[in-house]
Amino acid sequence: MDLLARRLLFVTGKGGVGKTTVAAALAQLSAISGRSTLVCEMDAKGSLAAAFDHRPFDFTPRQVMPGLSGMAMNTEDSLREYLRLFVRIPLVARIGPLARTFDFVADAAPGVKEVLSVGKLAYEVRERHYDLVVVDAEASGHIVGQITAPRAIAELVHVGLIREQTQWMNDLLEDPAVTGVVVVTTPEEMPVTETIELIGRLRSQTRVALSAIVANRVLPELFGRRDEEAFARLGEEPARQVLRDAVGDQVDAVLDAARLLVARRRGGAEHLERLASELAGGPPVLFVPELFTRTTGPRAVQQVAEALAAELDIEGGAAGVAS
Amino acid sequence: MARRSRPAVAAGLDELLAAKEMVLVCGSGGVGKTTVAAALAAQAAIELGGRVLVLTVDPAKRLASAMGLKSFGNVETRVSLEGLVEDGRQVRGELWAAMLDTKAGWDELIRRHAPDAATRDAVLANPLYQNITGRFVNSHDYIAMERLHEVHRSGSYDLVIVDTPPSRNALDLLDAPARMAEFFGSRLLRWLTVPYRSRMLTLASKPFYQIADRVLGSHFLEDIAEFFILFQRMESGFVERAREVELLLTDPRSTFVVVSTLEAAPAHEACYFVDELDRRGLPLGAVVLNRVLPDAIRAPGATRAARELAAALDAGSLAADAARAAGIDADAAERILTEVAARFHDVAVVAKGEAERRSELASLAPVVASAPALPSDVHDLEGLLVLGDHLWRG
Repeated sequence: MDLLARRLLFVTGKGGVGKTTVAAALAQLSAISGRSTLVCEMDAKGSLAAAFDHRPFDFTPRQVMPGLSGMAMNTEDSLREYLRLFVRIPLVARIGPLARTFDFVADAAPGVKEVLSVGKLAYEVRERHYDLVVVDAEASGHIVGQITAPRAIAELVHVGLIREQTQWMNDLLEDPAVTGVVVVTTPEEMPVTETIELIGRLRSQTRVALSAIVANRVLPELFGRRDEEAFARLGEEPARQVLRDAVGDQVDAVLDAARLLVARRRGGAEHLERLASELAGGPPVLFVPELFTRTTGPRAVQQVAEALAAELDIEGGAAGVAS
Repeated sequence: MARRSRPAVAAGLDELLAAKEMVLVCGSGGVGKTTVAAALAAQAAIELGGRVLVLTVDPAKRLASAMGLKSFGNVETRVSLEGLVEDGRQVRGELWAAMLDTKAGWDELIRRHAPDAATRDAVLANPLYQNITGRFVNSHDYIAMERLHEVHRSGSYDLVIVDTPPSRNALDLLDAPARMAEFFGSRLLRWLTVPYRSRMLTLASKPFYQIADRVLGSHFLEDIAEFFILFQRMESGFVERAREVELLLTDPRSTFVVVSTLEAAPAHEACYFVDELDRRGLPLGAVVLNRVLPDAIRAPGATRAARELAAALDAGSLAADAARAAGIDADAAERILTEVAARFHDVAVVAKGEAERRSELASLAPVVASAPALPSDVHDLEGLLVLGDHLWRG
């Protein structure tokens, strides 16, 4: 099924792989294709807002562009809203100190904080405030704890309102037509290894569907493998001297830059093959090329969104994982 | 006499590591922090001598097995450097490694601080214990610091290098000991550990209990309370220890090394972290710039060379001449060199962006070392030393 036809997407990945930019790009694509979309930052670092060149998000969603709103998760505000909606506390003002204390309980009690965050997201989905909620989620080490929080709470808490609330959350989270996890990686050893481990944990410890893998910053192939040998010879003597004589000694830097690209591309391709063999028959891998740009912010988001759009169009066709 | 000067500033990582006993390697995820920590430890063991320990958090599997680390567990393992001696390298010291295990670290803490065997067993057996140790008060960070303290106090090593856990927030690492102490002093803990019945009767806090009861259920609250009543018996041990750990961070024998690549986001985070160290009066020893593109790429002449290469290929027989010299097909040479010339611009753009961030980061620390973008991932001792050599030379 179309990735963006789901209602709730958690975008995760190892730190530094471009998770936030991919989340922003997916949200933008969704909005452009006419779905009213909410994008939510979980770690309050402000990098999601920066991706849209927007001032830092807060708990109240703000419009970023037509059809797209952004917010930042905050467990205290989430608790406040929860108490107002479900416990019907009339004196909202008195919740302040209560929320702070509660925050501390939530720190100590397993799953409470997570369930407040996930609960807020699931609530937006249940109430159909948006067609799609895209979450710039926790890094791969924390995501499983996050999405299984309602189940963990249901097991630990025997009675009480929170327990009653976990059932509908799970129904949404565990329906593959509604909720999906998108794992972002780069074609490098550690991110790919971490992605493979995360896929294993998602399959064994959760009932939440893995919807797509995004391979970010994939380097271009300068030439086919059969040309690599010829390329190596051109970089050696005496060919290199011929080039120096014609262009100057600085041609060395040009050749070295190309060699760096070729070596990294080759290494990256091996890691992606390892990932593809793990996935065998699983969700699609969407490729986003290395942008070779100094731009960050909206321009980078735009370019990643274009790459993802091209990939999503071919999704469902021949299961071609490029090498 | 000579004028008063500032205390001698270490010229390079070699001098910094020779002068310090504890090195905390920090940085955002994905910058190669673990590998840099291991490379620095290997280099120090070989070049400076003595017993050097690297406490790592989550090394890539091949790197871990190259260092003889088979599984998690706080066991310190000696890394064999024999292969290097055979290769004719002079090895002065010993390299040791251990992988941090948060769960085992917590179990150890409970055993140490429990006032009696009954409390110890009750805590370890409590169903909430495992869940809670994995989550509260920045558990991983605290255990990393705790292990550093423990190892330092054992006096078994001349130098300990800690690869810090990838935190959601880098500052969690610095705040972990204080938060642990604060947790024990908090009203919350006192409230949780007051017997349930008298809690309900305390008028002032009645609204809170009523709501908490309704939301969380009294049974769950009782479970939590029971756990913390046990936990509180260990307060004095924990609080004292947290203070000691905090002191260790400001100790003149400790230093922080911040690792970053020259990409925008990690560089931004590194700047932020350096500012925070400064604000807290914690000693920044060095900034390590990892995976840096070669300087030659952004030399102005290089861009010209790429342009001239493209022009020469268009204009004349260069491709054919080079092909003849290389003993390859002329069409292939034309195709390859055209692509090489065209792609140079991409790499140069990245290199220029890096150069700007490099000068910004380099102004922050007394020692700046960098390592080039290596063609492949580091996964063995030899690779660690290649990286270490680059860092050593600055």
